[in-house]
Order: sequence, then C-alpha cells, then structure tokens
Amino acid sequence: MATDTRRLIRVEALTRRYGARTILDALDLEIEPGEFVALLGQSGSGKSTLLRALAGLDGDVAGDGLVEVPAQVSVVFQDARLLPWQRVLDNVVLGLDGAAARGRESLAEVGLAGRERAWPNELSGGEQQRVALARSLVREPRLLLADEPFGALDALTRVKMHVLLRRLVEQHRPAVLLVTHDVDEAIALADRVLVLDHGRIAAEQRLDGGRRTTEIRAELLRALGVTGEERT
Amino acid sequence: MTLVATRPEAAVRRRRRLRPGPRITLGFLVGPSLLLALWSVASVTGLLDPRFLSAPWTVVTTAAELIESGRLQDNLLASVRRVLLGLAFGIPLGTLLALVSGLSRWGEAVIDGPVQIKRAVPALALMPLLILWLGIGEGMKVTVIALGVFVPIYVHTHNGLRSIDSRYVELAETVGLGRGAFVRKVVLPGALPGFLLGMRFAVTTAWLYLVVAELINSTTGIGYMMDLARTYGQTDVILVGIVLYGLLGLFSDAGVRLVERRALSWRRTLAG
Ligand SMILES: Nc1ncnc2c1ncn2[C@@H]1O[C@H](COP(=O)(O)OP(=O)(O)OP(=O)(O)O)[C@@H](O)[C@H]1O
Ligand SMILES: [Mg+2]
Repeated sequence: MATDTRRLIRVEALTRRYGARTILDALDLEIEPGEFVALLGQSGSGKSTLLRALAGLDGDVAGDGLVEVPAQVSVVFQDARLLPWQRVLDNVVLGLDGAAARGRESLAEVGLAGRERAWPNELSGGEQQRVALARSLVREPRLLLADEPFGALDALTRVKMHVLLRRLVEQHRPAVLLVTHDVDEAIALADRVLVLDHGRIAAEQRLDGGRRTTEIRAELLRALGVTGEERT
Repeated sequence: MTLVATRPEAAVRRRRRLRPGPRITLGFLVGPSLLLALWSVASVTGLLDPRFLSAPWTVVTTAAELIESGRLQDNLLASVRRVLLGLAFGIPLGTLLALVSGLSRWGEAVIDGPVQIKRAVPALALMPLLILWLGIGEGMKVTVIALGVFVPIYVHTHNGLRSIDSRYVELAETVGLGRGAFVRKVVLPGALPGFLLGMRFAVTTAWLYLVVAELINSTTGIGYMMDLARTYGQTDVILVGIVLYGLLGLFSDAGVRLVERRALSWRRTLAG
C-alpha cells in the first residue's frame, strides 16, 4: 500500500507449513480496493490457510513472507460463529461501543429488522449467516474475508445470499476475498477468480464481460483438475 | 382443502421422539412426595415402630411445638447464617481462583495443584487442624463451609472456562476485542453454565459441611438441636432436623436451578 495506492492487499512469497508439509509455497497475491475476488481450489489445497494468514489468525503456523492488509478487515466464517449467549444485536455490534443504532441498520440491511432481541439459536442457518454478514459489514471493513460462508446452506438460500452479498458489497464497497469450492458461485459473484494449487495461484480468470462464461467455467474446471463435463 | 382436517388424530399428533417431553410443573416435588406417602402408610399400618421412626404427623406437631417455643427459629437462623456466610466467602474464592487459573497457564500451574490436593483430602480430616487454628467458634464453622464450597465452584467454573469453544476465541480476535471485553463477553458467559453447575453442588455441599461443623461442639444450630435430641432419644426432634436439612437443601437447589434457567435461557438443550 505504501508504494502503490491502487493495491489494497499485497502478499509476496507467502509460505506456510504444517510440519514437513508446505501448504503455501511462495504465493503472490494482490487485490485492488473494491475488487471482488473468488478463490477456488481443491479440498486441502490451502484456501483456508491463506485466508487465515490474511486475517492474522495463524500466529502459531510456521512460515514467512510479506502480508500487507488494511487495518479494517472483517471475517465471515463457514459457521456463522455467533456467540450463543448474546442476543442477535449484541452479536452484530460485538466489540463496538455505542453502535446499537448502526447495528440495527445493519440488521435491517440483511433483512432481519425486528429480530434484534432473538437468541442466535432461534434463527435458521441462513438467518444466522446473515447476522454474521451484518456483523462484518457494520465495521465498514476495507477487506472482507469469507471462508465458504454459504457452504452449509441449501441451494435456494445460497442463491438468495448471493444476491444479498452482491447488493451489500455494492453499497459498502469493501474488497472481498471469497473462498468457495463452487465454480458457479465464483463466476456469479466475482470480478476475478483465482485457483489455488500446489501452494500457489495456478490460474486466474477475469470476468469483465469480455468472454463467454461457459468458456471461463470450462477453463476453471480444467485448472481444478476436473475433466469432461462432470461438475464439482 | 379438508384433507388434513379429516386425518385421524393419531396421525396428526406430533411425535415426541427422544426428548424427555414438556416440563412438568413443580416436577421436582414428585419424588419427595412419593417418599412421604410411603412413610405415612408405613406409620399408619404400624409397620414402623415410633421409637424407631416417628410418624410424619408427630414430626409436624413436634415442629409446631418447637416453633411455638422459638427454639426452631433460633437454631434455624444460626444454621442459615453459617451457610450464607460460608457461601459468601466460598463462592467468590472459587470463582476468582477458577478465573485466574483458567485464563493463564501460570495461574493454573500455581493454583490447580493445591486445589486438587484439597479436593482429595476429606473435609473431616481438616477439622482437627481448623479447630486448633480457629477454635470451635463461628469462624471455624464458616471456614469449614467456605472451604467445602469453593472446591465445586472452582472445579466446574474452571472446566466451563476451559471448554469454551476456541472458535469463539478466534472470533474475539478478529473483531478486535480487548482483554476486558473478552472476559465480559466471551469468558464469563461461556463459563456460566459450569459455574451454575458448581453452584448446585456448592449449596448442597454447604448444608453437608454445616452438619459436620454443627455436630461438633456447638450450642446453636439445627445440628446442635439434633445432637441434643439424640441424648434424650427424641426421634421426632431428630426427624424435624433431618427434614429441615432436606428441605433447605432441596429449596436451595431449586433456587439455583431457577436462576440457571433464567440465566441460560439462550440454551436450547435436552432440559429446555
Ligand atoms: N492445524 C493444522 N495442523 C496440521 N495440518 C493442517 C492444519 N490446518 C490445515 N492443515 C492441512 O493443511 C492443508 C490445507 O488446509 P486448508 O484448511 O487450508 O485447506 P482448504 O483448501 O481450506 O480445504 P477445504 O476446501 O476442504 O476447506 C490440509 O492438507 C490440511 O490437512
Ligand atoms: Mg477450508
């Protein structure tokens, strides 16, 4: 960021190891402000490891490399991760002082106005994930990290969440790094899709309308090691 | 469509499956009432010799006499006071030690060992030492209760603390909670179920240790009243004492459970 104002995230030669296994191997990555990046990769390829490195949650993992991320980073996990003993609104404004009004607005944005006093246990899986989104966005992050946030949701809810996420991202304009294993989800949401393989970014596709999505989809699937017409 | 309405009642009725079913009002009184009924029947039929065990109604009339003379209230007050004081010292002590030992490895290294040792030593074994140090007055009795109470509070709170899901700790880190807010929003509520379980053991333990303390060299209290009755062979007075201890234990447990249900209303478990 110091050298180039257009870069929001700069990752250089990032290496992460678990024991003798190198999961991330001199990985380079840049993300611009407001850019929506989707990260694909086979199971175990290190997507979560990369995300945790960006979120600063991997203090106990061996490795080195340069990671530059903005101060305001929000994380959405695969599980909604709401504190069960805090009411919905208190979960949204967790760690923020005097932000109740903003929290209410944020809940209204995700379509949960009126549920402020509910316990997380009383919400459906999709609603819980929406609370988690509200909790992330109320902090006005410059970077939103999301690790398969819709992985546990059914197909219909997932599509609704896609629409919601797009709308919220357009309003709040954070950069997004979305980890997913769903090629169609990546294509539907992202400006740029990356494929992680063997510890590095092995393929990259821009979705700027220049090419047909079927073509892009086929290439991404190939990069993921899926041949023929089988789906991930 | 009337299709649903005409279905036979049995088919519409929701299956209970594996949950214990809806809560029974005053359910905790059912078991004790049954015991009381059994005791009454045995007394009426003469199966129970009154010299061996007085009938329930004798116990009631004796209790009435004891209340009339004021003896019951005085002794009850002395006992309740000891228990409350013991709890007042024991609960904060146990909670504080659990917090220190649960939140830092050094705290655990220093505190956990001695507490486990104290746990292994029977309370009665400590009595001679406590009597030597503190005499046989109120201080000794309250100390005995407090020492008994702090152990379950410590053990269960500590366990509750340590079993807080590490994912919540991670969440606290990502939203940038400070140490104080972390303790308030994550640690304390997370350890509350453990603490309350500890409380349930603590209140019953408190009455237990009260008996131990009061049977030795006491001039007031329910235990003293019972010990005196023993020398005169008054089983009815002894029974009044036993029933009193039982009731006090039962109601303190019910009280804690009530608090538990209020405080843990966010939990939907088998019991909810
Ligand atoms: N705490 C850990 N200790 C040891 N190995 C780990 C640990 N966490 C992850 N790994 C290993 O690192 C590799 C990458 O894990 P990671 O969770 O980043 O994969 P992923 O790409 O997110 O996979 P998925 O799509 O299944 O979530 C895996 O092989 C995993 O076994
Ligand atoms: Mg993962």
